[in-house]
Amino acid sequence: MMRSITNDRAKTDNGTKYTGIRILAVFFWIVIWQFASMYLKQEILLASPVSVVRKLFELIFSGNFWKSVGFSFVRIVAGFFLAMLLGIFLAILAYWSKIVEILISPVITVVKSIPVASFIILCLIWIPSRNLSVFISFLMVLPVIYTNILEGIRQTDRKILEMAKVFRVNLRRQIRYIYVSQVLPYFLSACRLSLGMCWKAGVAAEVIGVPSGSIGEKLYNAKIYLNTPDLFAWTIVIIVISFVFEKCFLGIVSRIVYMIEHR
Amino acid sequence: MDIKVDHVSKAYGKQQVLRDLSCVLPEGKTTCIRGNSGCGKTTLIRLLLGLDVPDKGKIEGISDRKISAVFQEDRLCENLSAASNIRLVCIETITDRELEEAYKAVALTEVWQKPVRELSGGMRRRVSILRALLAESDCVIMDEPLRGLDEKTKAKTIDYILKKTEGKTLIFVTHEEKEAVWLKADRTVDILMKY
Repeated sequence: MMRSITNDRAKTDNGTKYTGIRILAVFFWIVIWQFASMYLKQEILLASPVSVVRKLFELIFSGNFWKSVGFSFVRIVAGFFLAMLLGIFLAILAYWSKIVEILISPVITVVKSIPVASFIILCLIWIPSRNLSVFISFLMVLPVIYTNILEGIRQTDRKILEMAKVFRVNLRRQIRYIYVSQVLPYFLSACRLSLGMCWKAGVAAEVIGVPSGSIGEKLYNAKIYLNTPDLFAWTIVIIVISFVFEKCFLGIVSRIVYMIEHR
Repeated sequence: MDIKVDHVSKAYGKQQVLRDLSCVLPEGKTTCIRGNSGCGKTTLIRLLLGLDVPDKGKIEGISDRKISAVFQEDRLCENLSAASNIRLVCIETITDRELEEAYKAVALTEVWQKPVRELSGGMRRRVSILRALLAESDCVIMDEPLRGLDEKTKAKTIDYILKKTEGKTLIFVTHEEKEAVWLKADRTVDILMKY
């Protein structure tokens, strides 16, 4: 008989049911795009999917492509992880102390309200453009993680916590079996939301700061030289990296939580 | 040491739930607390468990005890299996053999590995009863533990409750006369509503 405490979280709809329809939907819009581009007959206005794919292959096989991807990826992801760690830490502090929550609240509100472009321009004065995307992606992610984790902790079932108190369940086990389970959906939804945001904001910071060797610089050059296929190809690269990273990251988080709860 | 409820009153907002209640719940004995719905039985349980504080009066002999409880709601962790919910409160104090015997005693053998969210109301109730009985304690407080169980299972479960709480202080809340008779309590406390 198994002696460990096992957790069997509800299996949610993994989306496989509609996979075919989803693929068809993507195909449908690509066809529309192709027809629109054929109708306009001007690559500068709307590059065709064919020329974008051709450009994409050219890029992938050039040495600079991977350097640029690596440059932006490392910085944007670093900003995301820093914000995630600090957001969790601050949310726990704010949960334990109302004073800390009141102290943090104005900063979070300001960060949430200020337009990202203002932040980027302001931060360019303080931070070298090479590291601007770290800071901007950090700023975009921090309020989302902080707010969601704090809400998740607050929404932890009081009745279960009372049960834990009556049965004298120690804090370590409360965190492992009660809090982690209850906060996880909030954390995952915060990550889903903020991963998309940090890529958008991080690349925007690079487009404005134009650090040498970044994806943002490539987008900026594509704009300057009106190279629309390049612009589209790099945009697709950003979408793919963001999507793959999100899937990998959320998969790893779920796996870690499973291991914590089943160890 | 007996548990002494001494002139306890408790109100939630303007609603007076308990008014000047006094009783003694003897050490190592079974006490049945009876009363109609809304008379304050659950409020008394919350006070005994230390989850609320009386507005007036005091409760003696409870603070330094190891208590386990069946709450009015099941209060189970939905993602955990039945076995894990029990182990959460008593992982060091219970052997696999004891756990297996317990499942058999309340007819949960088939479902102990399933997440509790997949269990029926009656099964969930029995898991919460097992949790209270198997946790290390010298005082077991049960708030209408047999709610939702059929007659046959009630009888079987009461036998197991009496077996596992022998020598312990058992406080059993019910509003059903039949359950009070089955329990063969050493003492009965009737809470009356005063309008």
